Amino acid sequence: MPHPKNGSIVRDKDCTMPAFDQPALDTSPEVSDEIRKTTCYMCACRCGINVHLKNGRVKYIEGNRDHPVNQGVLCAKGSAGIMQHYAPSRLNAPMKRIGPRGSGEFQEITWDEAFQIAEGWLRPIRETAPEKLAFFTGRDQSQSLTSWWAQAFGTPNYAAHGGFCSVNMAAAGIYTMGGAFWEFGAPDWDRTRLFMIFGVAEDHDSNPIKIGLGKLKANGAKVIGVNPIRSGYNAVADEWVGITPGTDGLFILALIHELLRAGKVDLEYLLRYTNAPFLVNGDDKSPEHGLFLRDADGKPLVLDRKSGKPAAFDKKGIRPDLAGSYRHAGISHRPVFQQLAEKYLSDEYTPEAVAERCGILPERIKRIAAELAKVAFDEEIVIDQPWTDWKGEKHRQMIGRPVAFHAMRGISAHSNGFQTCRALHVLQILLGSVEVPGGFRFKPPYPKPVEAHPKPHMGVTPGQPLNGPHLGFVQGPDDLLVRKDGTAARIDKAFTWENPMSAHGLMHMVISNAHAGDPYRIDTLFMYMANMSWNSSMNTSGVMEMLTDKREDGEYVIPHIIYSDAYSSEMVAFADLILPDTTYLERHDCISLLDRPISEPEAVADSIRWPVVEPDRPGHAGVRGFQSALIQLGSRLGLPGMVNEDGSPRYKDYADYIQNHERRPGIGPLAGFRGKDGMGKGRGEPNPDQIKAYIDNGGFWLDHIPPEARFFKPWNMDYQDWAVERGLYDAPQPYLFNLYVEPMQKFRLAAEGHGEHQPPEHLRQQVRAAMDPLPIWWPPFEGDLIDTKEYPLHALTQRPMAMYHSWGSQNAWLRQIHGTNPLFVSGEIWQQHEFAKGDWARVTSHHGEIIVPVVKMEALNAKTMWTWNAIGKRAGAWALDEKAPEANKGFLLNNLIHELLPPKGDGLRWSNSDPITGQAAWFDLRVRIEKTNVPKGLQSQPHASPQHSPVGRGPKNLTYGDKF
Amino acid sequence: MTALPQTTEKKLGLVIDLDTCVGCHACVINCKEWNTSNYGAPLSDMDAYGEKPVGTFLNRVHTYEVKQPGRTAQTVHFPKSCLHCEAAPCVTVCPTGASYKRVEDGIVLVNESDCIGCGLCAWACPYGAREMDRAEGVMKKCTLCVDRIYNDNIPEIDRIPACVRTCPAGARHFGDFADPDSHVSRLSAARGGMELMPEQATRPVNRYLPPRPKTDITGDGKIDLLAPYLDDLPTETGGFLGWLDKALERF
Repeated sequence: MPHPKNGSIVRDKDCTMPAFDQPALDTSPEVSDEIRKTTCYMCACRCGINVHLKNGRVKYIEGNRDHPVNQGVLCAKGSAGIMQHYAPSRLNAPMKRIGPRGSGEFQEITWDEAFQIAEGWLRPIRETAPEKLAFFTGRDQSQSLTSWWAQAFGTPNYAAHGGFCSVNMAAAGIYTMGGAFWEFGAPDWDRTRLFMIFGVAEDHDSNPIKIGLGKLKANGAKVIGVNPIRSGYNAVADEWVGITPGTDGLFILALIHELLRAGKVDLEYLLRYTNAPFLVNGDDKSPEHGLFLRDADGKPLVLDRKSGKPAAFDKKGIRPDLAGSYRHAGISHRPVFQQLAEKYLSDEYTPEAVAERCGILPERIKRIAAELAKVAFDEEIVIDQPWTDWKGEKHRQMIGRPVAFHAMRGISAHSNGFQTCRALHVLQILLGSVEVPGGFRFKPPYPKPVEAHPKPHMGVTPGQPLNGPHLGFVQGPDDLLVRKDGTAARIDKAFTWENPMSAHGLMHMVISNAHAGDPYRIDTLFMYMANMSWNSSMNTSGVMEMLTDKREDGEYVIPHIIYSDAYSSEMVAFADLILPDTTYLERHDCISLLDRPISEPEAVADSIRWPVVEPDRPGHAGVRGFQSALIQLGSRLGLPGMVNEDGSPRYKDYADYIQNHERRPGIGPLAGFRGKDGMGKGRGEPNPDQIKAYIDNGGFWLDHIPPEARFFKPWNMDYQDWAVERGLYDAPQPYLFNLYVEPMQKFRLAAEGHGEHQPPEHLRQQVRAAMDPLPIWWPPFEGDLIDTKEYPLHALTQRPMAMYHSWGSQNAWLRQIHGTNPLFVSGEIWQQHEFAKGDWARVTSHHGEIIVPVVKMEALNAKTMWTWNAIGKRAGAWALDEKAPEANKGFLLNNLIHELLPPKGDGLRWSNSDPITGQAAWFDLRVRIEKTNVPKGLQSQPHASPQHSPVGRGPKNLTYGDKF
Repeated sequence: MTALPQTTEKKLGLVIDLDTCVGCHACVINCKEWNTSNYGAPLSDMDAYGEKPVGTFLNRVHTYEVKQPGRTAQTVHFPKSCLHCEAAPCVTVCPTGASYKRVEDGIVLVNESDCIGCGLCAWACPYGAREMDRAEGVMKKCTLCVDRIYNDNIPEIDRIPACVRTCPAGARHFGDFADPDSHVSRLSAARGGMELMPEQATRPVNRYLPPRPKTDITGDGKIDLLAPYLDDLPTETGGFLGWLDKALERF
């Protein structure tokens, strides 16, 4: 039957041509009954979307033109939101496990029963040993709520997924300059002339980077992509640097060497805005070796060129020196900058010295350094905008250096990632290109000095809240979470000598440590949206065994697992109790300034999600937004802040909390439309109509930073005062950038035997070596421990632009773009092994082997192979057919990666992570490859047994749109 | 067989910038999303959650690798949809008159009521731009969002094809190539907009902007050079420290 909607009856009113045998069309059909504006959640990018509804169903989703993040555009994931919302894999009701763990056999239960079960496990823990609850969240854009909940419960064991994602990037940025990339800041896309992008997962910060690249292209700016793989952003880069994985830090330090050698650094910027002139104790016998010389008030001192004497760094009228020596109490003190220059001017960092390891010709390193210098200093930008700095000095203009950088997991997920990220920030700062026109700029509530962040807490008292926030930024050994007996206070061993600055925790170590009972046993593992039995864990098969392993008495080693997800993921099968979440179109959320907001460099902004369609699971107990369920569970447990004095629930649900919770007086989850009149910006009492005001405003709130406050924010008094007005801080807090991170030196001093808190002997050398207060580079650990002749190659994953983690495969449209994931191998590897089209290979690491299909890719570092992340699925998951290519041919590289390093022969467990932050070193993986026979049924290996689907299978065919 | 108009009043079409397209598939999915519930039959997805999912798409992005001897390999993303040819072979081959080119704007459409699903048009199209919908048995193709671009129910700023409106990198442009002063005509002229397979004599309306030359070094190690720009600091004036001292004096 021809479709009736072609409308051959209606005459086209614009058509003036004589009938030319062409049907007239209705070119003005009704699009929808209503447009509801909310925030996308197809990835973590948080774009504004217009959801078109017709007959109560979602007909079309487009980008919201008014929204600061995406300005109207929308990526493939966002446009595929319809298929996610109506995915057959949606969970329908709370469930309790009836089969063995991992089987996927569940029984649907009521919400009341679900809460009773959870309460039955959690109440006794809280009353006796709160640390026996480990609560970790994968999706972490409600951290201000989940951390508050965990703190009220009293367990120290809480974190989100940053530890296995990009904590190196975030922590290095915050320790160095009070903010990092992505939600912390952005390039000045309109003014940048040279943009360098290092190792970025292309699924986020998705639309802003693409919009920005479009602007750079339109403006004729140059883009340099540094990545072993030339796909996506690197494909359109004017220049691609196909670096050897794990050597970015070395490359960056060679660029710094070149700039210093030629004197192409911004000295005025360094003097004004950084700790470059601070005097550092140079006596390696002193207990204060490497620490700043301070006055009686504790203020770091600089050497005044005018008087030749030391002076407090912030004293007016001084002219600090950047080289020289000041002798005090028999000890020579020299400025940070001089030490920095000596370090990087050494032969260790010449382009010639690093070239081979980086896989980049020395001439090329020199040329890139020259280009950076040329653009930064010869193409200076001047904006005629007066502003006032923190010392009260008035400036007539804003002067900028139009060089900008961006980086993410590619440089971060290595065991040298923290120092590499630090090196990149030091490069930005030496060029004077942070918070200046054309450079990189912070987004409110950043910049924020590291000292303004909380420190981590471990004070557990049964029946009581934890004594402070779980996560934070340590300033020295005193702040570690090590118990009196020397063991870790947290199940993930965050903030211990193994990884002292683990600001985001180590979610990837939780299951392994809980299974090993190291540092102690737990009772309940409670997780939210983290596919830890599959693509979010290293050593996937091993983790599945840990989750199903039983004690001698027949009880599971990890006795209880509660899990919340919206979909039938692999992790669902391993839980005992499922709290079903809603889809992103059915829920309330706040993208809060207390968490990871959506601000832009020139505006503070936050946003909401709201149920643009009501949760609808006919015939089932239904789903609830996880945050609502968490609040309801909290009030059942009587957690402080979640109940009224009479014990009744304080908040009905998440929406109620979002609107009425106050973190400090006048400060709540949403900054906009505060106060009874809805006029409050940042500050004001709760507004009972706040969510409605957001909805009326398109789902977000935005307040522009005044022009005089838009650059130089950490030192700009107009910005500081504005930030206080908006409630971002309670008092101005100007600060200097830390080229030299003094807290790191405190850990080093401890490793050298100074101070009360001492590392265990086996970690002394590691702490001493890793905690260099100036960035250094070391070879990735895995490559250092194995025989590189046996495992000569690198293997990586990256996420495609059109998929988000494991979520995409249940999406009927997206899985047609990325339904399988071949292993792409370089032309050199291809030829060496005489691969041919259709071949399969065995890839072996120190930990395991996989058998997978291979495809040739020339635009790839010669020693590298890679695949798309999280395309491979366990059969039975995500409501896919068991024969789905994702479950059959698709594979995970995770099976080659272990959460522990290869044994060193010392009998100890060394985690496969950065020794400073504990970030999972996914990209350190070393492998060898060989041709193998095409496996039967084209099935990749290893192949997990199927899981039962608690939601059945998706329909055979779709004709979405036939109802409209 | 079906006749083409002698000429069309406008020549609406797309400019696709291959220098800017990052291959994100945003256009592919937004096109699918708009068109599955608007003009004509839905764009079906057969075996949607199964072993061999096959759906109808009016626009797809292909990725190619270009490797020339002695040069660094390049990756090119190539979005492809109907090019709305002036000499559209898909129209002239149509036995029922279902395929036609609009006289007012040059858009090539399929009147699904008259389409018998014979597939001749897809066979005739040298670009592979038409797809047979397996559920409906009719031929589907890009409509240039004819139900958006004149739609009074859509804000004026949004009366552009869905793929153009959604493209995050701004790699897609829509306009009238019959007007030499239009944005698309000027862009195409400035950037050397190319016809796809001109030897086919189909006279496509859409234009592709070629990737700009990359500044990657060539395999022979040649480097163009700014390198002298980073001269060593003169040793006779004290090298690095001498330079630093002088520079600080100036502040």
